[in-house]
Parts: sequence; structure tokens; C-alpha cells
Amino acid sequence: MTAANLLSDRRAILLLGLLAALAAAPLAAGDYALSILITVLLQAYLGMAWNVMMGFAGQFSLGHALYVGLGAYAGGALFAHFGTPPLVGALAGMVVSAVAGSIIGTLGFRFKVMGVYFALLTIAFAEFTRVLFDHWNWVGASSGLFLPVSHSVNDDFWNLRGSATMFYYVILGMAAAAFLFSRALLGRRIGYYWQAIREDQDAADALGIDVFRAKMVAVIISASMTSLGGLFIAFYNNNLYPESIFSMHRSIELMLGTIIGGIGTLFGPILGAVALTALGEALTVIGAHIGIDGVKQIAYGVCLMVILAFRPGGLWPWLRHRLRLDGGRR
Amino acid sequence: MDATFFMNVISAGLLTGLVYGLMALGLSVIFGVMRVVNFAHGDMMVVAMYATYLLYTKLGLQPLAALPLVAGALFVFGYVLQRVLINRFLGVTEHIQFLLLLSVAIIITNVVLMVFGPDARNIQLDASFESYSLGPLVLDKVRVIAAVGAGCVAALLWAFFRYTTTGTAIRACADNPVGARVVGLDVEKLYAVTFGVGSACVGAAGCLLLLLVDVHPHLSSDYTLLGFIIVILGGLGSLGGALLGGVLVGLSEALSGVLIAPSLKTMFSFGLLILVLLLRPQGILGKKP
Repeated sequence: MTAANLLSDRRAILLLGLLAALAAAPLAAGDYALSILITVLLQAYLGMAWNVMMGFAGQFSLGHALYVGLGAYAGGALFAHFGTPPLVGALAGMVVSAVAGSIIGTLGFRFKVMGVYFALLTIAFAEFTRVLFDHWNWVGASSGLFLPVSHSVNDDFWNLRGSATMFYYVILGMAAAAFLFSRALLGRRIGYYWQAIREDQDAADALGIDVFRAKMVAVIISASMTSLGGLFIAFYNNNLYPESIFSMHRSIELMLGTIIGGIGTLFGPILGAVALTALGEALTVIGAHIGIDGVKQIAYGVCLMVILAFRPGGLWPWLRHRLRLDGGRR
Repeated sequence: MDATFFMNVISAGLLTGLVYGLMALGLSVIFGVMRVVNFAHGDMMVVAMYATYLLYTKLGLQPLAALPLVAGALFVFGYVLQRVLINRFLGVTEHIQFLLLLSVAIIITNVVLMVFGPDARNIQLDASFESYSLGPLVLDKVRVIAAVGAGCVAALLWAFFRYTTTGTAIRACADNPVGARVVGLDVEKLYAVTFGVGSACVGAAGCLLLLLVDVHPHLSSDYTLLGFIIVILGGLGSLGGALLGGVLVGLSEALSGVLIAPSLKTMFSFGLLILVLLLRPQGILGKKP
């Protein structure tokens, strides 16, 4: 067996072990631990979706809350008004998000809005939509949209009504699928196109890559994936407010894990989600111990700074090296 | 709704817009020289507003008298922040810089929350209830004071960049950092001064804006976004552009407030931003990159 095989074996074993542990987790975890795990997986899922656009294709979006909100409202409003099953709602949300993504992408890429400007364009669209939904009565405007709750004790998977355990397995499935999908994308032609564009757009263009098309594909895939995360949020929380679902804080939260974990890597979003949630929980406990509100957030900010200063490439590339999963290369 | 009413709304929008413009000037100066997007801008603004509030309630200092103090304090804050922190991150990619300033913003917001609590605060001056009549126009006295103050600070800033040696040196750094180093300029120090000057603008703007609006800790991200809208409208790095953008946003807020609904006013500002980004990405007065 060659070294490369051994290496990929070690990775596969690690991955399968992680998946098995996560699949078995509800047996051991209490309600609180389960809700934390759901948070981690949701953050990892959304981080992976954002990673496709920023990490793979290098297009900085600061407005991904737009797609979260569109997915959440498409699925949530259809279910609340017509009882449409979430799977159909998911499809609707993905289509709407893909359309929104392609509008922003077309405008941004055709008009050569790049870097910081592109990021601000994405914020502008998210904020614009937030105010719009704040005034749209059919979806409850600013007083919110509430999903009908079922009182049955049995889990109803097709309507996504049920226990936290069911939601846990749904998000675990989504995260695992997103991981495999990202992996597949990176190994395909489009994945190489993206990386070429990320490193040097002009060079990619000169090589004959259709830059505009490749970037559009990235935006559309990323937007659709993100909207599914939004749908999950809608059905898990049972309520939706434009102010929180479309907020810039959500866009920031969504990318934070990926940047901390390691942008453009497959494991980065997962590791980042775990690290950030662990940090948040630890600080909550410590904060409660000290008894001063706000200490948590301040410490959170300081920790972010420390990570940025010492591991600007993210935690995963460093950890991968320490675990010798990269065959000792740097 | 007759013509006089509209004239009044428009003039109020114009006056408020000048204060917005001063706030955005700070953002524009910092970006224009260092290419750093200051995501903690709104938070610094809120700090300035609270400082003014404290000086007024504890020491009885009028906002106009407090302005040099607040601007000076923010200058020191910006100078130190650049020297000890941001300077290390000048060469790194945008998203890392963004997160760095975001963490600064998180820290500032929560310190403000801890100290002042979440409630809105405002100050009531005698002038708050007075107004000037100019023909058919009725102008709030505080709004006129704030706008004139903003105009004076902006003029000072312009004179600083135009006539002082330091100002000229900073412009040299902005044009060509390597060249500036070659001729022996202390670029690190000039960057710190720039960040300080940008922060001082925000300090002054916060001081003046407290005359017009209430302050609470969660205003910070609104002001950060508002600052971005304004500088992009006017053109990042252009001083006149920032003021023009501020006035435009002030106008659009005032008009959409009375014509449609006050809660929709941010939507119009963002709509304006999207339009300008697409039609003239370098901003109305910005130079082509």
C-alpha cells in the first residue's frame, strides 16, 4: 500500500468515525446537548454553502442572509398558507434564491463590481429585501410569520413536524450531503475553473475559461444550498421575522465559522462551526460565573482577533498539518 | 402637501445630510489612503454620541463645546488602533481585514452596552425647540447648527489635506506608498495619523448628530451601513463625494419618509446604492480606478 493510499485511508477512517459518532449522538445527548449539536451542524452546513462561492470561487458575499431568508420564507409561507410539503417549498426556495443569486451575479459580474464593492452590493440586496419583507403583509410583515405546530407525538418527516431528534438527523443528513457535494465539485472541471479564477481571474480568462459562467454557477449553487438551510431554520424555529432572518448579523455569523476554520477547505466550515460554538458556550458558562453580561461578547471579539492574528489561513490547514493528514506538506 | 411643505422637508434633509456626509468623510479618508474598510465605523460613531451625552449630562458641556474634546479623543483612539492593531493587517486579504474590524466592532458595541445599557438616550437643549424662519421656510435651529458645524469640520479637513505638510504627505502615501517610503516618509506614522483624522471626523459627526437623534448601542451597524452607502454614492476616497453622497441620502430619507413611509427609508437608500454601483461603480465624483 502506498503512502497516498494510507493517507486517504486515515482520512476516510476519521470521517466515518466522526459520522458514526454524530449518528449515535442522540442516544447519549440530552435536549440541551442536542440543540447545541443542531446549531453546530446548521452553522457548518451554511458555512459550506458560503464556502462554495467565497472559498472555491473567490467571490466575497456579505449578504448570504438574503438566500437564508428567501429559502425560509418560501418554504414557511407556502406551508403556513397552503400546507405545501417542505420538499416542494424547498424546491421553490431554491428556485427563488437561484434567481436572486443570478440577478446579483449578472449585475455584479457584468458591470465589473469587484471585491469590497461586490460585497457591499450583496449587503445592499439583502437589506433591501429585508425592508421589503418587513412591509409585505402576506408573509406577516414585521410582526412575523408563524408555522402551524402539530400536536401529534409521532414525527412527520414529510411535513418536517416533529421532535428535535428528527431535526437533528435532517440537518446531519444535509451537512453530510453538502460535504460530499462540495468534495465532488472541487474534483470536477468547474472546481478547477473556480480555483483558477480565485487565484487570478485575468489569467483564468486568458486560458479560455468562461469566467462569467463559472462565477454564475458558483453563485447559483451557493444560493440554492443556502436557501435549504433557511428552510431548515423556518421549520425548526416555527417563526420567522425579517429583522432576524435577513439581518447582516446572520450573514456575518454564517461566514465566520468558515473563515475561522479555513476558507476554501472542505473541513474548514465544520471545524470552524465546532470551534465557534464551543467558544460561545464556554464563554456563556464563564460569563454566567462572573455574572457580568457582555463579557461573553467582548471575549468572543478578542478570541476572534487572536485567531486572525495567529492563524489567518484558518484552523483546519494548521490542524491538518499537525495531524499529518496532508502527508507532511505545508 | 403644498410646495412650502416640500421645501421644508427638502431643506431638513439637506441639513441632516451634511452631518451624514461628515460621518462618511471619515470612512472615505481611511479607505482612500489605506484601502482599509472600517467596519467599526458606526460603533465609533455611537461611542462619540455617548461621550457627548456624558459630557452634557455630567459636566453640562454644550455639544458644540464638547466637539473638539470628542473629536480629539476619537483621534487618539484611531491613532492607537492603527498603530497597535490594524497596521499588522494591512497587506492581508479583504475578508480577514473585514473580520478584524468586525471583532473591534463587537468589542466596542458590548463595552457600550455594558456601560450605558440598551435604552435610548438623548439631550434636550433650549435650542431644540427653536427654529429660524427664512421666508416661507422653517428651519430647526439645532439642524442648522449641526449642518454648519459639519460644514466647518469638513472645510478644516480639506484645508488640512491641502495646506499642511502632514496632509500633503498623507496624500503622497495614498497615491504611491512605495514612493512615499522611498522619499523617506514615515508611512506607518502617517497611516496612524490618517486613521486618527478619519476617527476624529466620526467623533465630530457623532457629536453633531446627537443634536438631532436619540442614541442607543444598536445604532452602530445602521451607521456603518449608512456610511458605506454614502461613500459609494459619492465615490470612495473623494472628500466632496462623501458630502454629496451624505446630502443625497439625507434627501432620499427625508422624502421617502414623508412620501411613502419612514420605515421604508433605508430601502430607498439601498436602492440608490444599487443603482449607483451598477451605473457608476466608482461613485458620482469618484475617479475611474
